[in-house]
Amino acid sequence: MSMSDVYYKTVNQTTSVLLFVQGVKDAAYGEMASVNLDDGRQIIGQVLDSRDGMAIVQSFGETRGVDLENTKVRFTGETARLAVSTDMLGRVFDGMGRPRDGGTPIHSGDRIDITGSAINPYSREEPSEFIQTGISTIDGMNTLVRGQKLPIFSGSGLPHNRVAAQIARQAKILTSSEGFSVVFAGIGINSEEVNFFRKEFEETGALDRSVLFLNLSSEPSMERIILPRLALTTAEHLAYEENMHVLVIMTDMTNYCEALREISAAREEVPGRRGYPGYMYTDLSTIYERAGKIHNRKGSITQIPILTMPGDDITHPIPDLTGYITEGQVVLSRELHRRGIYPNVDVLLSLSRLMDKGIGPGRTREDHKGVSNQLFSSYATGKELRSLIEIVGEEALSASDKRQLHFADSFEAKFVNQDYYEDRDIAETLDIGWELFSMLDKTEAKRVKDEHIAKYGKWDANGTIQH
Amino acid sequence: MSGRIQRVSGPVVVAVDLENAQMYDVVKVGNEGLVGEIIRLDSGKAIIQVYEDTTGIRPGEPVENTGSQLSVVLGPGLIGSIYDGIQRPLDKIKAISGDFIARGVNVEPVDTKKKWDFIPTAKKGAKVKPGDILGEIQETSLIKHKVLVPFGISGTLDRLDGGEFTIEDVIGYVKGDDGKKKELKLSQKWPVRIPRPVKAKLPPEIPLITGQRVVDTLFPVAKGGTAAVPGPFGSGKTVIQHQLAKWSDTEIVVYVGCGERGNEMTDILTEFPQLKDPKTGKPLMDRTILIANTSNMPVAAREASIYTGITLAEYYRDMGYNVALMADSTSRWAEALREISGRLEEMPGEEGYPAYLGRKVAEFYERAGRVTVLNDETGSITAIGAVSPPGGDTSEPVSQNTLRVTRVFWALDASLANRRHFPSINWLNSYSLYIDELKNWYIQKVNKEWTEMYQKSMSVLQKEAEINEIVQLVGYDALPEEEKMTLDIAKVIREDYLQQNAYDEVDTFTSMRKQYLMMKSIMNLYEKEKAAVGRGVLVEQLLKTDAKQKIARMKYVKEDQMDSYFKDTSKAINDLDMIVVQAK
Repeated sequence: MSMSDVYYKTVNQTTSVLLFVQGVKDAAYGEMASVNLDDGRQIIGQVLDSRDGMAIVQSFGETRGVDLENTKVRFTGETARLAVSTDMLGRVFDGMGRPRDGGTPIHSGDRIDITGSAINPYSREEPSEFIQTGISTIDGMNTLVRGQKLPIFSGSGLPHNRVAAQIARQAKILTSSEGFSVVFAGIGINSEEVNFFRKEFEETGALDRSVLFLNLSSEPSMERIILPRLALTTAEHLAYEENMHVLVIMTDMTNYCEALREISAAREEVPGRRGYPGYMYTDLSTIYERAGKIHNRKGSITQIPILTMPGDDITHPIPDLTGYITEGQVVLSRELHRRGIYPNVDVLLSLSRLMDKGIGPGRTREDHKGVSNQLFSSYATGKELRSLIEIVGEEALSASDKRQLHFADSFEAKFVNQDYYEDRDIAETLDIGWELFSMLDKTEAKRVKDEHIAKYGKWDANGTIQH
Repeated sequence: MSGRIQRVSGPVVVAVDLENAQMYDVVKVGNEGLVGEIIRLDSGKAIIQVYEDTTGIRPGEPVENTGSQLSVVLGPGLIGSIYDGIQRPLDKIKAISGDFIARGVNVEPVDTKKKWDFIPTAKKGAKVKPGDILGEIQETSLIKHKVLVPFGISGTLDRLDGGEFTIEDVIGYVKGDDGKKKELKLSQKWPVRIPRPVKAKLPPEIPLITGQRVVDTLFPVAKGGTAAVPGPFGSGKTVIQHQLAKWSDTEIVVYVGCGERGNEMTDILTEFPQLKDPKTGKPLMDRTILIANTSNMPVAAREASIYTGITLAEYYRDMGYNVALMADSTSRWAEALREISGRLEEMPGEEGYPAYLGRKVAEFYERAGRVTVLNDETGSITAIGAVSPPGGDTSEPVSQNTLRVTRVFWALDASLANRRHFPSINWLNSYSLYIDELKNWYIQKVNKEWTEMYQKSMSVLQKEAEINEIVQLVGYDALPEEEKMTLDIAKVIREDYLQQNAYDEVDTFTSMRKQYLMMKSIMNLYEKEKAAVGRGVLVEQLLKTDAKQKIARMKYVKEDQMDSYFKDTSKAINDLDMIVVQAK
C-alpha cells in the first residue's frame, strides 16, 4: 500500500496513550501505525478512530519523548497481524510478538489478523473429552474437558501458578496418547513468575512443544491488550491448521483488565462499574470465546485463564464478567491455603459447566456423577454445621450432623489435599470419595445409586465403617 | 449515487452525501457492504451502527442506502433455522465463509428455492384484510404454517392458487378498493422494531406448563405472561431457559441466545434435534427457531437479535399459536445498548446505561401477551428473559427495569447452586403475580385441592426459614417436636419435590398430574407426621420411614407407573399410624 511510505509530521495533540494525527485521509479503523521519535525510538500504535482529516492513534508504548514538531507517524496499511508457524514452538516472544529469546523473528507462515473471527456456532463441536488433570477436586468435582475455557479465580499470594503448572504437567486424555502443546501468555507478570514457569516447562520437557508470550510488569502495559490475542492466534494456528491439542494458560487476566481500564480512561470514555469500560464483557468474550473444538478439525483449544480477584471479591467486575463468559471456574480459597491445604480449591464455589458432557460410563466411570453430587452435598452440609457449632457447640448436634461435620474435615484432608507432584488417576479420586462416604450412614448417601453402592461402597453389611 | 464514509470508530460509522437517508434505514457500509442501520441524522451526516466488525474500514469508502428498514422475512422455512442477530442463517454463512464467521456475507433468510405445498382455504371473491388466513402449508411435522394476508393489502381475493410454490412465487392477487391488483406470496417482510398489530389483549388465565415443579407449582407464568430470571453466573440461568425451551407446552419456541457462550448454542443445536416433544413424540427442533448471537459476535447485531426474535414470535402468534420466547441474556442486550450509546457520546444514565434503557426494556416485554389477533384467532407470546446482574446484585439498572415490567420473578440463588440444589430458584424471594388469575385453571384442570396444597407447602417453607433462625441460636435439640417435624417436612419438599434433575431422563419433565400426586403424597405425609407427633411419637422415629424413602424415589418414577406407585406410597404413609410411642 502506497500510504505506508507516507510519514505524517502532523501530530497536534498527545496524551499518555493517544496521538492525534492531522491531515490523514483514509487510515483504516484498527490499522497499525509506527510512531517514530526524534531519538530513533519507534513505538507501535493502532488507529482507534479514523476520520476524514484526522486519525487517533493509540500507542502501545510509552509516549515519553513524543513531541509535536518532529514525531513522525507512518500507517502500515494493515491491521494487527502475526506470522504463525510451527517454528514458533519452543520460542519466547514479547507482548508485540518480537522474539525475546535472542532468536530470529518468525517470517515463515501466514500473517494472520490477530483479532480472530467468531467460530460459527454451527461449526462448533461440543467439548466432551475428559481431561485428567490428576487433581481430585478438578477431575472428581469440576471436570475439565478438551475445548473448555475454565479459569482459575485466585487471590494475591495464593498458589495459582503452581496449580496451573501442575495441570499443564499432568493433563492427559485417557483415550489417546497425544499430549498437549502449551501456549503460555504471561500478562504483566514479574520475572520470578516467568522463571517459575520456564523452569517448570524445561524440567518436564514441555518447552519444546510450547510457545511463550511474555510481558513483564515493568514493560508497557498497553502491550497487554495485544498479547493474549497473539497467543490465541498462535493457538488457533496450531490447533486448527496443525492438528494439535493446545492448552492456553493466560496469567494474569486481572492485569489485562487493568490495562483495558487505563486505555479507556485515557480515551475519556464513559466508565462502567468501578471505572472499567462498559464494553469489557464484549472485549473479554473475544478472548475467552476463542477456546473450543471445530467439527472435522482435529485440534482443540482448551483455555485456563488465571486471574487474581482484587480483595478476594468474586463479585468484582473482572471475575464477575469472566464467570459469565467462561464455562465454569476453579476458585482458590485463602482459608484452605492458610490451613496448609494444597491445592486450595474451594469446591463449593467452583463449577465446571461442561462436566456432565465429559463424565460417566465410557468416559470416566459410571458412579462419577453420583459420587460428585454426594461429595458436594455432604461437604456443604458439613461446612454449614461448622459455623453452627461456633454458636451452639458440637454437643448440640445430632449424631447424623456430627458425622457430616467430621466428613467435611476428612474431605479437606484426604480428597482436596494432595502433593504438587501427586498425579491421581480418576479411579483413585473416586475411590477416595467412597472411602469418605463410609464415614456416613448408608442412608445418608442419598445421591449415589444403590447399584454403585453395591459395587464401589466401602460399608460392611451393617452399614458401618469397614477398614 | 452513494454516500461515503467520513469517520469510523468501532461499530459506529459516520457517512456523508447519503441521499434520502431516513432514520432506521438499512445501509451497506464500505467496499465489503457491511450491514448497518442509520441511528441518527445530523445536518448532512448519517450516523450508522454497523452489525459487523469494522476493522480495516477506511474513510472514503462508499455507503449505499437500501431504503428499507431493518426487517425480517416471514414465511415457511423459519422453523428449525438457526440465525444470527439479523436473520442470516448460520448454516448458510458456514457454507460461504467456513468455520469462522466472515463479514459482508449476503445470504437469504429462508430458502428461496424450496417448494412448499400450499393448500388454499380462502375462497375467490372473498373480502380479505391484513392478517386473514389465505391457506396452509405443513411446515414441519408439528407446525401447520398459515399464510397470512400481508399488511397494506386488503380488498377482494381475485385469484388464489394451490400447489407447489417457492416463497417468491405469486400465489394469487387481491383487487383493492381502488381497483389495483396486488400480488400475494407465501412470504412477507416486517420491520423488526415495530410491533405487529393485534386486535385486543386478553387477560392471562392459562398457565404455561413447563414440567418444572418449582415453576408450575409455586411460581407459574401464564401463557402470554412475562418472567424474569436474574441470577449470578453459575446459578443455572441457562439450564432453566433450556429446560423451558424444551418442555413448555407451547406450539412454537423462539430461543434468542443474546451475547452468550458459543458452546451453549452448539449444545442446543446438537441436543434439540434428538429430543422428542413429550406430547407428540416429534423432534423438538420441529417447533423451534434459534437466534444465536454469541458474545464475540458483533455487538450491534446483538442489540438487534432481541427484536428479530420477538418479530418471528409475533408472526406465529398471528397464526393463532402460543409462542414462548426465551432471551438469554437481556443484560447483554442492554450492554450492547450501552456500548453504542457510549460511542454516540450520549449523556449516560445510571451505571453508564442510556437514559432510555427503561423504556426499551418495557417496550420489549410489552410485545408479549395473550391476544386476539387480526383474524380473530387467539395467540400468545410468553416472554422469559434471563438477566445477568453484575455480582448477582439485582439492585442494578437492568434488573430493576426488568422487574418493574415483568410479573414473575424467579430469583436464582448462588448459595442454593453451590449446594447443587437445582433449579436454584429461591422459594422465599421469588414471586408470581399470576397465582390468582391462574387459580381457576388449576382447580379445574388439576385438582380442587390444588390451591390449598400450594398454600400449605409455601407456609411450611416460610416456617422452616423462621425456625432455622432459632436453630442458629439454641441448636436443633432444643426445638419442640412439632417444629422438628416442620423442618422434616420442609426438607422433604425441598429435596424430593423442588429439586429437579434436568439431566435425568425421567426427572427432567413432570406432568401436572404427577406433580399433583407427588405433592399430595407429601401433604399426606405431613398430616400423618403431625398426628404421630400429636400422639407423642418422637421426630427421630419418623426420620427414616419407608414412606419417606418412597417419596424420595417418586421423582424418578415414570409417568405411566405413577398411579400404582402413588397407591403403594399412600399405603406406606398410612403405616405411620402404627408407629408406637417410645419413651423419651
